[in-house]
Amino acid sequence: MKTKLEVKGLCYSYHTLAGETQALLDISFDVKDGEFFVIVGPSGCGKSTLLSLLCGLIEPERGTVSIDGKARDESHAAMGYMLQKDHLFEWRTIFSNISLGLEIQNRLDGKAREELAEMLDTYGLSQFRDARPGQLSGGMRQRAALIRTLALKPDILLLDEPFSALDYQTRLEVCDDISTIIRTQKKTAVLITHDLSEAISVGDRILVLSSRPGQVKDVIPVTFSREYDRPLLRRNAPEFSAYFNQLWKELRSHD
Amino acid sequence: MTEPSLSQQEFLAKEKRHKSQVQICRVMLLVLLLALWELCAELGVIDSFIFSSPVKIWACFAGMAGDKSILLHIGITLLETLVSFLLVVIIGVAAAVALWASRSLSEILEPYLVMLNSLPKSALAPLLIVWLGNNIRTIIVAAVSVAVFGSILTLHTGFMQTDPDKIRLVQSLGGTKKDVLLKVLIPSSIPLIISNMKVNVGLCLVGVIIGEFLSAKAGLGYLIIYASQVFKMDMLVMSIVILCIVSTVLYQVIALLEKRVL
Repeated sequence: MKTKLEVKGLCYSYHTLAGETQALLDISFDVKDGEFFVIVGPSGCGKSTLLSLLCGLIEPERGTVSIDGKARDESHAAMGYMLQKDHLFEWRTIFSNISLGLEIQNRLDGKAREELAEMLDTYGLSQFRDARPGQLSGGMRQRAALIRTLALKPDILLLDEPFSALDYQTRLEVCDDISTIIRTQKKTAVLITHDLSEAISVGDRILVLSSRPGQVKDVIPVTFSREYDRPLLRRNAPEFSAYFNQLWKELRSHD
Repeated sequence: MTEPSLSQQEFLAKEKRHKSQVQICRVMLLVLLLALWELCAELGVIDSFIFSSPVKIWACFAGMAGDKSILLHIGITLLETLVSFLLVVIIGVAAAVALWASRSLSEILEPYLVMLNSLPKSALAPLLIVWLGNNIRTIIVAAVSVAVFGSILTLHTGFMQTDPDKIRLVQSLGGTKKDVLLKVLIPSSIPLIISNMKVNVGLCLVGVIIGEFLSAKAGLGYLIIYASQVFKMDMLVMSIVILCIVSTVLYQVIALLEKRVL
């Protein structure tokens, strides 16, 4: 499989009047095409900073991000970014929320509208087309947020703890739901989480970050046999606890 | 819909009773005060020449309504208030957006805005008369000056509190600063802008009355000063009563707008 996203020697610090905080130190990894790549680490290790760098919202101090072998600025690859909360705008209907990205990029034409309507249909939200976000359950809101991201046909999806604002039961369901959608669409995805079991249940490979400044500790490939192909099923697999213990130890070791 | 349960019906009836009691007491309070006032004036407990009385106020209003002169005064004051109110809303939102868009600009202007906001604007009115003349323009500028600085500061503070993640979302979708402004900042600030409008309409009325005290040929503020100078206390109190009603109506119009929009 070819490499979709390549990160080399990424460094980033935050500057305040009180001083400088090194958030990320020499981060290198690559993500293959169609892979579900997970990054785990303790809170405050710079996970979200890493995604902002990948997305181009902030510029790295050192290091490069390249997509399909080209530098991030030069490649025209689209990044889809999903945040912790769904951030659906209460003053817009579901349809105008999911079309926000296309509207901003002036790409909302008749064909795009049809495609959006189809996506609403596929993901079981068509009867909420003209509803306000407040009328939807947490899971449905997160689906709508995913449609908003997918509507721009991103090459790479960046997911910043997109399930963490949900209650535990919904979280398991939505995680299962969303990651299955992403897998069927064969999208390349980078998920950030601090939940180890979530990481194991969705990931193809898991990158472990150390606490601040964030450094790559290890990249652990995760493989399950065919019958455990959904996140919820993976949690029942015999390999699950072995992976969990491995990750747990990795995060606990202090050097 | 199913029939609400007995306890729910009881609860609703109790709420309804409470609401009507409040309503009755409100009206009773007004009637009682007016009656007491009238009675004291009639019995000579208070001097009705100085304190006026409800009946004399009504007679004064009826007289001025007869020759339509009161309508002119109310109309002028309303016009001045509405013009200055619209100016405050437009200038307030535009300036707050400019301050939001430029961190340097907001930091440079902040101490001046704070100073202008805390300055008692009635002190400016005599100056404005000299600069702008004895006319309606002075009154409108005075009214704008009363409300506009506070409005800019309130709106700017509100704008700065816009959820940074919502801004990040628009940026991650490829949005520019203009998209952030039009798709997040303004729509999410509509409730703030309207609640600020509620404050402003009252402040504009204050400014208009200050302006009319000093430079006017018509309007309720002019009427108050005129009445006090010729010792027509009925006319003076009547003007104040009309002002009460005008300010309540203006506030309610905005409250109605708020209900429609939100």
